[in-house]
This record gives sequence, structure tokens and C-alpha cells, in this order.
Amino acid sequence: MTPAFEIHDMTVAYHRRPVLWDIDLQVPEGKLVGIIGPNGAGKTTLIKAALGLTPLASGKVEIYGKPYAQQRKMVGYVPQRESVDWDFPVSVHDVVMMGTYGRLGWIRRPGRTQRLLAERCLEQVGMLPFAKRQIRQLSGGQQQRVFLARALAEQARIYFLDEPFAGVDAATETAIVELLQTLRGQGCTVFVVHHDLETVRHYFDYVILLNMRLVACGPVHSTFTPENLQKTYGGRLTILDAAAEAMRQGEPGP
Amino acid sequence: MIGFAWGSAAALALAWPSTADWWIMATGAVTAASCAVLGAFLVLRRMSMMGDAISHSVLPGLAAAFLLTRSYSIGPLLAGALVAGLLTALLTQTLHRYVRLPADASMGVVFTSLFALGVVLITQVKGVHFDRQCVFEGAIELAPLYTISIAGIEAPRALVVAGVVLAINAAVLLLLWKEMKLSAFDPALSTTMGFPAGLMHYVLMSLVALTAVASFEAVGSILVVAMLIVPAATAHLLADRLGAMVLLSAGLGAASSVLGFALASHFDTNIAGMMAVAAGGLYGLAALFSPRYGVVSAVIRNARLALRVIRDDLLGVMYRLEELAVDRRLTSRDAVQAVGGSPLARWGLAGLIRRRQVLRRGETLELSPEGRAAAQQLVRAHRLWENYLVQYLGLPLDHVHEPAHRVEHFLDPELQASLERKLPDATHDPHGRDIPS
Amino acid sequence: MIALSLAAKVMLGAGLLGAVAGVVGAFAVLRGRSLAGDMLAHAALPGVVLAFMLTGSRNLATLSAGALATGLAAIGLMTLAVRWTRTKEDAAIGTALSTFFGLGVVLLSRVTRSEAGGNSAGLNSFLFGEPGNMLTSDLVLLAVVGGAALVIVVLLFKEFRLVSFDPDFAASQGWPATGIDLTMMALVAAITIVGLPMVGVVLMAAMIILPAITARLWTHRLQTLLMLAAALGAVAGAVGARVGHGIPAGPAIVLTAAGLFLISLLAAPEQGLVVRAIHELRLRRRVAQDHLLRSLFELTESQLAETYEPVTQFKLLRADRHWSASRLRRLLDRNQLQGLLTVAGDSVRLTPVGVRAAAEAARRHRLWELYMMRFAGAASDHVDRSADDVEHMLPASVLLELEAELSTAPGQRASLPPVPPSPHPTEEPAP
Repeated sequence: MTPAFEIHDMTVAYHRRPVLWDIDLQVPEGKLVGIIGPNGAGKTTLIKAALGLTPLASGKVEIYGKPYAQQRKMVGYVPQRESVDWDFPVSVHDVVMMGTYGRLGWIRRPGRTQRLLAERCLEQVGMLPFAKRQIRQLSGGQQQRVFLARALAEQARIYFLDEPFAGVDAATETAIVELLQTLRGQGCTVFVVHHDLETVRHYFDYVILLNMRLVACGPVHSTFTPENLQKTYGGRLTILDAAAEAMRQGEPGP
Repeated sequence: MIGFAWGSAAALALAWPSTADWWIMATGAVTAASCAVLGAFLVLRRMSMMGDAISHSVLPGLAAAFLLTRSYSIGPLLAGALVAGLLTALLTQTLHRYVRLPADASMGVVFTSLFALGVVLITQVKGVHFDRQCVFEGAIELAPLYTISIAGIEAPRALVVAGVVLAINAAVLLLLWKEMKLSAFDPALSTTMGFPAGLMHYVLMSLVALTAVASFEAVGSILVVAMLIVPAATAHLLADRLGAMVLLSAGLGAASSVLGFALASHFDTNIAGMMAVAAGGLYGLAALFSPRYGVVSAVIRNARLALRVIRDDLLGVMYRLEELAVDRRLTSRDAVQAVGGSPLARWGLAGLIRRRQVLRRGETLELSPEGRAAAQQLVRAHRLWENYLVQYLGLPLDHVHEPAHRVEHFLDPELQASLERKLPDATHDPHGRDIPS
Repeated sequence: MIALSLAAKVMLGAGLLGAVAGVVGAFAVLRGRSLAGDMLAHAALPGVVLAFMLTGSRNLATLSAGALATGLAAIGLMTLAVRWTRTKEDAAIGTALSTFFGLGVVLLSRVTRSEAGGNSAGLNSFLFGEPGNMLTSDLVLLAVVGGAALVIVVLLFKEFRLVSFDPDFAASQGWPATGIDLTMMALVAAITIVGLPMVGVVLMAAMIILPAITARLWTHRLQTLLMLAAALGAVAGAVGARVGHGIPAGPAIVLTAAGLFLISLLAAPEQGLVVRAIHELRLRRRVAQDHLLRSLFELTESQLAETYEPVTQFKLLRADRHWSASRLRRLLDRNQLQGLLTVAGDSVRLTPVGVRAAAEAARRHRLWELYMMRFAGAASDHVDRSADDVEHMLPASVLLELEAELSTAPGQRASLPPVPPSPHPTEEPAP
């Protein structure tokens, strides 16, 4: 069976300085996947590279066996909350409608079907009563729910969420996790950049441990081990840093 | 500002505008609207100054097109300006991305250099009189002199051009509405959905260059910059939906033109400059008086809140005094003193008396039954919160009164209910006083 | 007072302005306020005209005082709008800029219309810059304001550097960061305003930005940057003011500064495009050579036990790397010139020097492969490509570290290049 998500030999570099080295992993369909690693480990970069937002220095990313550009409609994305301007003049409903744009394609305008879908998604995250609000008037947790509803409106098979629990209240965190578990139940694969090691075992059934390189990728029970965590958090590989710096400066070895 | 406006409106009523005046106003209004609809997106993408930059840097494009073709025909001029405008956007981005200069400095370098180049090119054109002042101020007062005939009506060329540009802008925005909206709000998502944010950026920049050059001749760079940025910034203070913001922006642009024209004729001064001033004036009004985002409304909201807090405090003081069962009634003066003695406190007390929560008994004050009920609620919230702080946050007893005092005004019934659930058997506050129910 | 010719005055003035604008502009650019100069220049216009209307004087000092007043008012209003409303900084700058400038145009037009005969020519020079109208007293004012600004920069250099680099840290150290910041702003304002009659409203922004940003391409040290910016500004001013030929001085000065910027962009030693292109080219050549040598090593590895001049076939090399025939030919020619190999017909023979270089390339590659497998957990069938990218750039120190880390595992130590037995008796070197 084709894995839902596969990264093959991927190296990602900013200004030629690699931030992710030779990532190679496969994730089967229907998993709730935590992407775990210390700050600067390249978690967000992994997602951005998977979504074609950052060019790859080498390697490839495949969604159900095909490159991302051919599978856009199967992928939903929830960026970090602070990546957008919350003073933007849009209502909660408008934001969720944006999730339907990808399927519509160029020029075509959203219609009744899309409006109903957006309302259904808002309902699912419990934000329907706030549909007409301007988005600045929401709390952090509510903003995150709106983002999640927008992702739902993308009707994707694979979701990438970048730190959805950052700065949200406990109730929202629980609600989001439940929703993600529902999605998994429907056969979706969900990737979540996550910080809190305490909750990994409760939330996820699959983990990707990352620290500039892939430390491990697999089911939580066999992969989320103290030994692997030690490798992930036990300091960076100084040679990787030195080599990355050498590549940035482009200084050939003597 | 408003006084002036009324004054000139009166003057306008006395001297009914001539046909030429109408044409000037219409030209200004349509030009302004064509700039302002794009401005909304510039402002939201935080690239307002790109409007400033492009409206200056189209000059060398115009000059070069003229030098090459030796004609004033609109096609080459538009092409030249479009190239110059896109070049500005492209060079700015290149300097920022690849040479890693700061974004604003990159823009400053590019547009000033191009503008200087444009000025030099124009002065080198032999046999063409070039009025530098025109670059800034345009010559909108001359617009009615150059007409072309459309469907039998002699309309100013500048108005027709502006109308066409407005139609093009409106058409592109309508066609790519959702793409423009998404890429302005969340460029990353837009790109992942297959609407590259970079492409949308250049579409917008092309429209800005087109609009700038079309307006340049008629109204000058100053008005282009003003109309690209100011009405949109004003609309952002008033509207909460993108569609409303764009329409409002266009409307404000047109309104500034008409108002500016009226003021300029009243004071016998430069029309384009006055239109810019009018736009700025409208921004100032919105910044002060926008119902939701204005400074004055914020001040009023804060004052209302302060007043409410002080009323709550007054009720609390009187309730606690009753609770102590000392046989002492407060005079108005005592009560006001007890909550700080500010004029606001006096005002708050007056409010309570007006609401009949506090009754006057000769010299002294007394809680009415409604006042007592309200005070009870408040004191209950205060003491529940104290309990919560002690039990759940482990704060020492002498540290809980102040925080509770700050929070008590904001505990709505829902929050209070959940507090009660957390503290099911709280009957006394940590200091041992009754919690009223 | 020494009598100067107008041309000399203009050159002196423009050079002086360029130098001072370069210095104060450096702080504006470093603080991310490049466009503040633009706004100030535009917002100065109504102040100039108002000062003239109120006093009737065309004295530059009086007019500048008015300009400073409205310029600072614009900054103040802009700051308030950003702090108190949802208007963002860029829109606030644009709004203040165009409104104040509009007001300036309005007032100027009033003055022009009320005073028949274009009596306001002196005021017009604020719009476009008319260095030709320069008076000796203007030069003195420029010198006084510029000199004062330079003295302040020298005295407060340490504070300015701290605040422009990291205002939060400066505040945490007890410095009045906001006050220092405002002082830097005020210097920019003062210089912008005394410069207006020279270069005009739009181009004054260029005088603030261009010398500073050009200097930044050459150096990373603030002292050097300031001096360089001053020098560049002075040169641009003096040269631009001399150009003549009907080219107005303001644009000429700015275009000279822009020319210096372009030259620097190409020629700067580290960030210059030429250096970067050469660097890139060298890197590519080196990578290609490494690839060629490694392929040669791998293709002839089995022969190395018997000979120090192993041979392989052209077509095998082509197949190994998917190079085009012409590209491979060029590569081989270049390496032949360096004496690393000899090409005869279809056979390619490594020289003993070439064997050594090839072995070195292969060693770097394999060390990295081993490292990635052992410590970074890469699978054995995936390490090859990453090693391909990295090996060429590993500094010697990293290679040594790699060897040290890997040598703990016996048998994994990469083989050193083979060394032939010495043809003559050797002595142990004296310790």
C-alpha cells in the first residue's frame, strides 16, 4: 500500500545552510502524528518543505505516491497563529470560507455549497455563534479553532498543523485533540508540531523525532523511548552545525 | 476642518459650480476611486510605501517611452510606466532577498534613484517644456481643456482614462477577489493552495503602476500617493469586512476629491494638494471618532469602565459598612473620599443615586434593596475569588485582597458559576467573613 | 568672510551635506527607519511655507525652524496613530507624508497666488532643490547644523551603537533608550531639513539612505561604516554638484550616489555580486573536479593494489555521473592541465598525483557517509547523496573531528592514500 506521506532523502537549506539533513520517512494512512524536537530542530521547516513553501536542496516529498503539486487538494494546512494579521477586515465566516478556495481553483467564486460547508465546519469546532465577528475580537483559543475550521473546510486527507496548542486554553486544547482524533477515525492523517512531551503519549499514535536530522519515526509505543528522546534533545551534533556553517559560507575544505 | 467644510459648502451653494468644475470634480473622484480600491490591498499587505515608491518611479518609464517613440500616445507611455513600476517591485525584492538589505532601505534606494533618473531624462528632452511642479501637483484644473468625444459627449481625456483604469482595476479585483483576499491575509496558505502569493503581489504591483501612470498626468504624484494610501487607511479604521473596506475606500477617495475641490475653490489654492489634505482630514476624523477603533471611542470606553468600577467600589464600601453593623451612615463626602475622592468618584455616586441603588437620607446615604442585591453579588464575587486564590494558587492571606479587588468587576455570572463549582462549600472568605449568597 | 564662487559654494555645501547625511542616515537605516527621511522631507514643506507666511523672511534658518516644527509634528502624529489605532506603521507614514505634503502644496500655492510675479522662488527650491540659489549664509547654517550633528554622533557614539543594535538590551542596562532613539531621529530630521534646498523633497530620502546602505556593503564595523558613509556622501555631493550640462544638481547628486551604490554592489569584497559569482563558479568547478576524481577512484579502486597509475574508460566515467560528453571532455582537459590525469583516446589514466587527490576526495566522501550513518541515523542507501553535497565544503578541522569520532570503531577508519616506497634510503626525522 502506498504510504499517505513519504519523504525521500530530503535536505532543506536556507541560503545554502542546511537546516534539515537527509530526512527519509514514511507515514501510513490514518495516523495522528506528533512532530517532536527542540527549538531550531527544523519542525516548521519540515512542514513548509512538505507543502512546497520552501525549496528542497535535494530529495522529494510525496503525498499518496505523487508530488505535492499534483495533490494540493488532499492537503490541509494550519499555520502558526501569529503568521497572519488579526486586524485584517474579515469575519470568522470569511476565514473559514478561505479553506474552500483550493478546491474551487482560479476565478470561480464560492457559492451556497461552500457557505454551508463553512458553517458545518464552524459548528464542528463550536464557533458557529461567532461567525459574524471580526477575528481580532476572539480569544487565542477561539482564533485557533477558527484556523482549524478553515482546515476542515479544505476537506483534505492529510493535515499539517504548526503548533496548534501554542497559547490556547486547556478546553480548546482538549477540543482540538478530540477533533483531530475524529479526523483520524475518518482515515485522515494528521501531522502536529508539538512541544509538550508530557502529552505526546495521550495525543498521538505516531511520532517523528527531529533534530536537524531524523532521529526516529514510528509508532509512539516503540519510538517514543527515553533513548530516542535522549538522542533528540541530548544536544546537537556539533559536526552537523560546523558542516552546515561551512556550506553556508561555501568555503571549500583545504 | 469641519467648519471650513461647511463654510465652503455654503460658498459652493452660492456659486453653483460651472460645467468645468463638475468635470474637475468628476476627474478627481474617479481617479481617487481607482487608486483607493488598490490602496486597500496595499495597506493590508503592509506595503503602503510601495504605492509611494511606484508612483514616483513611473517617471523614468514615461520619459524613456517618450524619448523612444517621440509621441504622447497612451500605449507606449503605459508600457514604459508598467515596466518601470514592475522594475521597482522586482529590484526592491531582489535587493532585499539576495543582497539582504533591509526591505524599507531597498525600496528607498530603488525609487529615489529611478525618480532622479526620470528627472534627468525629462530635462534632456529637447524642445519639450517640462514643468517639474507638474510632476508633484499635476494639473487637474486643466483637465476640462483636453477633451475627447465619447458617444457625442465631450469629456475630459483625463476623466475617460481614469474611468477606464477604474474599470480595469474593478474587473481584475472582481475576477481575482478570493485570490487577492487570501494572498493578502495568509500568503503561505494561498501558495499551498496553488495561488502563489508572489504572483498576486506582481499582479497588484502592475495595477498600481498602471493606475499611477494614468493618474500621474492629470493629478500629479502627490495625489496618487495620497489616494493610494490615505482613504484605505481610513477605511481600515471603519470597516470589518474586506468588501466593505474596498468600497468605503473608493467612496472616501471620491469624497475627499469633492471636498478638496470645494475647499480649494473657496480658498483659491491648489486643487490636488487640497484633495490630499481633505483625505488626511477624513483620516484624522476616523482615527478620532471611528466607533470601534477611534481614539475618542477608546477613551470613552475606558472612562465608562472606570466609572463602573468606581460605582462597584462605592457599593462595596457601603455594603461592608452595613455588614460590620456599626451604626454609622456615610455622608456623600465620606463615600467619595473612601473611593479616592476624585471627580470621577462624585460622578459615580451621582450615577448610583440616579439608578436608585443608593438613597439619600438627609445628610447620609443608604443602600436601597436593589443596591444591596448588587453589592452582595459583588462582594460574593470578591470573596469567592479570594478563596480561589488561597486554595488553588496557594497565595498567602495578606496577598489576596488586592487581586480580588481588581477581578471582582469582571466576573460574569458564567465565570462565577464555575467558581462556585470549584468551591462547593465556600461559606466564608479566607479572612473568616461571610460570603453573601 | 572668505568670498567663494557660487560653484565652489555649491560643491562645498553638497559635499558637506552628503557627508553628514551619510553619518546620521547610517543610524536611520540600522534602526529600520529608512523611510523616515522621506516622510520628514515631505512634512517639512508646510512648515517652510508657514514660516515664510508668518515672518515674511526667506532666511534659511527661519524656514528650517518651521520645517522642523511640522516635520516633528508629522512624526508625532504618525507615532500616535500607530500606538492608538489599528493603523500600521507603513500606512501611518504614507498618510502623514501625503497629507502634510498636500498641505504644503496648498500653502505654497496661496503664497504664489497672493504674491504676483513668482516671488516665492526661494520656497520652490525646497520642493526640487536649487543649489544655484545658495547664499553664503546658507552654507554657514549647513556647516553649523552638520558640525553639531557630527559632534553629537561622536559624543554619543557608544550609546547610539547600543540603541541602534539592541534597544531592549540598552533599556535593560538603564539607558534612556527612547530618548537616545529620539535624539537619533532628531538628527535625521535636522539634516533632512537643512538639505532640502539642495536636493529637494523626494531626493532627500536618497541622501539619507544611499551612502549608508552603500557603506554597509563594504564593512560590518560601525566606525568604518560611518566614516565610509560620510566619504561616499561627500563624494556623491561634490561630484553631483559639478556635473552640470543642464542636469539639475539634485538628481545628479542622487544618481552619483546610486552609481556608487551600483559599483559597490558589484565590487564589494564580501557581499559584492562579482566576488559572489566568482566564488560560486570556483565552488562549482571544485565540486565537479571532486566528483570526477571520486568517480575515477571508485572505477579504478581494484587496480590500486597493483599500480599507481590506474586506467579507466571514458564511457564508464560518463555512465557513472550522467555527464554530457562535452562537459566531461572539458573537465578532463582541465584536470589534465593540472597534471592529475592523462587522456589518450578513450582511456583516462590517473597520474600518481591524481591518485592521491582522488583518494583524498573519496576519503572525505566516505568519512561523511560513515558519520551520517553512525551518528545521524541515516540509512546506508541514503547517505550517498548528502555526502555528495557536503564533502566538498568540509573544513579540515571538521574532517579531523570526523576521523577522531570514527576512529573509535576499528576497521571503519578510511584508508589513507597509498604512498609508494621511497626510492632512496630515508632517515627518521630528528625529534
